[in-house]
Amino acid sequence: MFQLHCPHCGATREEEEFSYAGEAYIARPANPEEASDAEWGDYLFMRKNTRGWFWEQWQHTAGCRKVFVVKRHTASYQIAGSWTLAEGKAHYLKESEA
Amino acid sequence: MANRYSFWSLLKHGLKHHETWQPAWRTPQLKPRYDVIIIGGGGHGLATAYYLAKNHGVKNVAVLEKGYLGGGNTARNTTIVRSNYLWDESAHLYEHALKLWEGLSQELNFNVMFSQRGVMNLGHTLQDMRDIERRVNANVLNGIDGVILSPKEIQDIVPLMDVSASTRFPVMGASYQPRGGVARHDAVAWGFARGASELGVDLIEQCEVTGMIIEDGRIKGVHTTQGDVFADRVGCVAAGSTSTLAKMAGVRLPLESHPLQAFVSESMKPCLDTVVMSNAVHGYVSQSDKGELVIGAGIDSYLGYGQRGSPHVIEHTAAAIIELFPSFSRVRLNRQWGGIVDVAPDACPIIGKSPVKGLYFNCGWGTGGFKATPGSGHVFAHTIANDAPHPLNAAFALDRFSTGHLIDEHGAAGVAH
Ligand SMILES: Cc1cc2nc3c(=O)[nH]c(=O)nc-3n(C[C@H](O)[C@H](O)[C@H](O)COP(=O)(O)OP(=O)(O)OC[C@H]3O[C@@H](n4cnc5c(N)ncnc54)[C@H](O)[C@@H]3O)c2cc1C
Ligand SMILES: [Zn+2]
Repeated sequence: MFQLHCPHCGATREEEEFSYAGEAYIARPANPEEASDAEWGDYLFMRKNTRGWFWEQWQHTAGCRKVFVVKRHTASYQIAGSWTLAEGKAHYLKESEA
Repeated sequence: MANRYSFWSLLKHGLKHHETWQPAWRTPQLKPRYDVIIIGGGGHGLATAYYLAKNHGVKNVAVLEKGYLGGGNTARNTTIVRSNYLWDESAHLYEHALKLWEGLSQELNFNVMFSQRGVMNLGHTLQDMRDIERRVNANVLNGIDGVILSPKEIQDIVPLMDVSASTRFPVMGASYQPRGGVARHDAVAWGFARGASELGVDLIEQCEVTGMIIEDGRIKGVHTTQGDVFADRVGCVAAGSTSTLAKMAGVRLPLESHPLQAFVSESMKPCLDTVVMSNAVHGYVSQSDKGELVIGAGIDSYLGYGQRGSPHVIEHTAAAIIELFPSFSRVRLNRQWGGIVDVAPDACPIIGKSPVKGLYFNCGWGTGGFKATPGSGHVFAHTIANDAPHPLNAAFALDRFSTGHLIDEHGAAGVAH
């Protein structure tokens, strides 16, 4: 059990108030018409499933209902922070470049 | 066999105060090279090694286990065995396993305590009942036993259940598979371990695979905490840890690892002699031979590798069980634990080749792979030995996620492990 912070409404609440919405920042193929079956399958189904620090989406379902991103360690469940999708993406991209 | 278990051996060793039993399997040194390496010493990995040696004559095999044999989900599951899946592909696969279960204690000369006490899946809504009818009809067409029970018939089998109309989610009926039941999870791992070891398989514990040796798109061996080991064929059977291993090989898989929890009560006199499951209220329960109620919960929604789960998931399940069995409200719980299950998008396993030649995966069993243990090992051994799938697992290849031939078993799998 952990508590999450919603960057939209500013509330810090128990996990139960939120719904999990999976891996964050999965890039949709730029040209869906041209994507091969393998590329499309990769986009739809293949997942990092990282053991360690992981960027994931949560929705504040029992609150403001908005979606945001959390950076969480999937083994220790430590939480580094939560951001709106746009703010988080900047951090995420900087990390993936490094 | 060093210890052929029988009434006579029990008597003989008993007369010697049980001091003369030999260990059930050898503890060999890791060799530098094998014909086949199996990563993961859970039930599925051990069964694979057993059938490789037994049915395919591939005996120069190592099972590499990072902890101890059968200490993963094999030791943590609620042991429900059934084969009443909806689609032909999965029904045939699980029924193949169920048939193997029926002779497994004899086959292994090890009592796996397979008890065919029946499995009941409750329906609480009209839609539940329609789905149940559809699934039971599909099962019967596939030669799998199944009947639909009315609340009255349910009451006759399970007198403690509240099937009255006054409950929050009234029980409207159930599907029932009489040949389903439970087995002793540890015994399954130990039985296959003993059988495999006897046939020459090296079981290596405390040996974690930390990397893969791949040349020109072919597997050559693995790095482990006990040094490098070489083999031209490697099978990954690592349940919740599969993605971590796939990453070492540069393979992407459609899996998400989630904690799944279960708990048991104190021991009680026999009160429940079948397995009761309910997808709608999210819980299932059976009574172990020791008398404990064995209760299984749902998965935690988030990706997680911590072998524990959130308390609210347990609370939810306990509430559902008490609603069904009001008299259980005074039963005290003894232990709670979690395991990491590898969930695939269509709730079906992935058994077959990977983009790396000689590297095979058997994963994605998610919340319901224990029941498949002998069948999974049997078809996976065939796949590795022949570098081609067995007819029963051909449909479960990784490429179904690009061809679109998914086998959607969410209805039959659901919370119902
Ligand atoms: C709480 C719970 C209840 C369940 N209830 C049921 C049920 O009622 N019925 C049912 O059919 N199924 C059930 N399941 C699912 C079932 O337990 C699994 O699908 C099944 O056990 C998977 O089998 P396995 O032998 O492959 O896994 P495991 O026993 O987990 O074996 C995998 C092994 O791989 C090892 N490993 C991982 N990484 C490495 C590495 N890098 N190097 C070496 N070794 C490694 C692990 O240590 C582990 O021992 C349940 C699961 C849980 C957690
Ligand atoms: Zn909010």
